[in-house]
Amino acid sequence: MDESKNKRYWNEYQKEIADDKFFYERSCIRQTFFPGSEAAFLKIMREELGKDIRDEANQHTCTGIGYHSDIVPLETTMTVVARLFSLMTDAGYENYVPSCVTSFGIFTEMVEMWKEHPEMLEKTRKYLKEATGRDFEAPKNIAHPSDIIYKYRFELKEKMKYQLVNRFTGKPLRVVEHIGCHYAKIFPEKGIGKAEFPYVLAGMIEAWGGEVVDYPERRHCCGFGFRHYLLQENRGYSVANTKKKFESMEPFEPDFIVTNCPGCSMFMDKWQYTIAEMENKTYDKDGYGIPVLTYEEMAGMLLGYDPWKLGMQLHQVQVENLLDKIGIPYKPNEKYRGANGEILPSPEKPMNLKV
Amino acid sequence: MSKIAIIGAGPAGIESASMLARSHEVLLFEKSSTALSNILDKAYLFPDFSSATDIADSLNSKLINENIKLMLNTEVVDIVRNDSEWKIVDKSGKNYFVDAVLITTGYQTFDATRKEELGYGIYKGVVTSIDMERMIKYNQIVNSINESPKRVVFLQCVGSRDEKSGNRYCSKVCCVTAVKQAIEVRKMLPDAEIYIFYMDLRMWGQHFEELYRESQEKYDIRYVRGRISEASSTFDRKIQIKAEDTLLGVPLKMTTDLLVLMVGMEASAGTKSLGCKCGIEGEYGFIKTATPHLCDNETSEKGLFVAGSCKRPMTINDVINDARSAACLISEYLR
Ligand SMILES: Cc1cc2nc3c(=O)[nH]c(=O)nc-3n(C[C@H](O)[C@H](O)[C@H](O)COP(=O)(O)OP(=O)(O)OC[C@H]3O[C@@H](n4cnc5c(N)ncnc54)[C@H](O)[C@@H]3O)c2cc1C
Ligand code: SF4
Repeated sequence: MDESKNKRYWNEYQKEIADDKFFYERSCIRQTFFPGSEAAFLKIMREELGKDIRDEANQHTCTGIGYHSDIVPLETTMTVVARLFSLMTDAGYENYVPSCVTSFGIFTEMVEMWKEHPEMLEKTRKYLKEATGRDFEAPKNIAHPSDIIYKYRFELKEKMKYQLVNRFTGKPLRVVEHIGCHYAKIFPEKGIGKAEFPYVLAGMIEAWGGEVVDYPERRHCCGFGFRHYLLQENRGYSVANTKKKFESMEPFEPDFIVTNCPGCSMFMDKWQYTIAEMENKTYDKDGYGIPVLTYEEMAGMLLGYDPWKLGMQLHQVQVENLLDKIGIPYKPNEKYRGANGEILPSPEKPMNLKV
Repeated sequence: MSKIAIIGAGPAGIESASMLARSHEVLLFEKSSTALSNILDKAYLFPDFSSATDIADSLNSKLINENIKLMLNTEVVDIVRNDSEWKIVDKSGKNYFVDAVLITTGYQTFDATRKEELGYGIYKGVVTSIDMERMIKYNQIVNSINESPKRVVFLQCVGSRDEKSGNRYCSKVCCVTAVKQAIEVRKMLPDAEIYIFYMDLRMWGQHFEELYRESQEKYDIRYVRGRISEASSTFDRKIQIKAEDTLLGVPLKMTTDLLVLMVGMEASAGTKSLGCKCGIEGEYGFIKTATPHLCDNETSEKGLFVAGSCKRPMTINDVINDARSAACLISEYLR
């Protein structure tokens, strides 16, 4: 990729991201799949960047998965979103930060709809009042956490112990970045770098010493596709799409994949196991698969956080080879120590995918 | 002797200047350092493969006339009515007073970086039709690694007939330009595969249809009906394209060494700003004429005339005829 020209693109597409006083909304599924990521984000915000970010106890779903699977009607989604905003309003915050890319898409869509159709906003206020007795204000600023990490990427770099560099060769690590579809494909101007050449993760990778892999199926869906996965009959379609991406990135020999969406991280990680078991095929040279990280894990590991506290051992494709390449120390014996201090049993090994 | 200001020294400006100079004094303003920049960036011209340089030379020779004062590097920024006179203001703030004004500020090509999904400005293997003219002119058709391409794909309607880029109109010249360029590429690269992806081929002008037929029969140019939705770079730095072949009804993915984007014609920056300042701005920033059928060189302002591609996409032939008709009307007006 001709980087200098690509950057010119991105320069045209700045988006507004608040500086402080954020209201954080957790994802329904991320804490199960990548349990340390949201905690790492809050730690980075508070301890590394000194920001005020509220982690609200009474939050709930945004209905995103149900909405995009045509199960939850629009009015319901609007009212549920309004309740989440009412929590923010009550807490005295105006800058909304949803952890999940689909939630980010949902909130942005609802707010834009209210701008275009004020009568829908009035209806939503009425529904929320009738159902819960609550009032709300729409946020002044909605940013995805990856936007915020992107915004402060150089400040974070100053604090980082490691870089995205292969310590054996001295060369930048080759990183595939994958952006969730709902980040910029619904409202391109709400995403850093817009929809075709999103720069939000690429900017982090470049700032932290790595090299972005631009492969032909870069924009293709991760394979989740909501209903394509949620209906069991369609799962072959889901895995086929992910396979298409892996085949396309394979010749570039990426060192790892980073994503900003819960579904993408999950599918690009777990389907590698599925494909290995179905076809005895992995997309790295040595049969271990390509590690898939969240951007919080990427930032956290470079800041020197303990990989196991970041929850990286819960991925299907194991990360030790990557940690070795960067030179990040880890304790093999601590890998499966539970929160209660006890060592948990090791997971069963896959047949084909090496761990 | 009346004095006329003509703004823009493209084919329209030069042709009308040469006609009006027979009995009037003409101030011909041109913002660039040369006249005819939108001709000199081409190699050969449809419909008959005339050399663009020869056509430019013929037009330039018409400027040798003591009644024409060509002012290069002089951008006009405002046109103001002053009773029966017109005041022309250039970028340096200098004023000129004339009896009539002819706007011939022309077009600019669509900025292909706006169609981000096609990767122009990012992948070296993606070029525009203007880049291709240069490659043909200097006999240097190369791919991203400076090798002779084995496959060349042309894509029509880039920035025209396209809701997403805000241009719903047809640019009129690019269908036949693609056919012309494809034939030129074939002459230079006898073994290459050459494709043209189109929505529909608008072969409206004299010789266009024949050229299209010849391109298939004699030059083995292959036509695919479908728009390309995305271009990206492969490991070996080819360009991978995705499209739908709408005749066969199948999705299509292929790689090419060179993807040529047939960029459309938009109103030039000068056309947009002068149109706006004079209150004659029409659709898409082109200039609005008084009426489309019978007063197509007049504007709503008396004494302010317009000719050429600042009104809408046109070929040189259209432009020359239009410029002559404007010159007749201006002479009539000043009589
Ligand atoms: C890719 C492509 C290929 C083409 N190939 C052919 C072909 O083969 N055959 C053919 O017949 N036609 C072809 N055309 C069309 C042809 O280029 C136009 O018909 C022709 O150039 C239009 O002439 P014009 O005088 O109206 O405008 P232009 O040629 O655009 O001239 C306008 C002039 O006005 C000047 N100007 C603008 N604003 C100001 C200002 N404020 N002050 C002073 N000066 C100003 C500009 O610098 C320019 O010199 C092609 C077009 C394209 C896009
Ligand atoms: S002339 Fe052809 S390529 Fe150009 S806009 Fe019209 S249809 Fe499209």
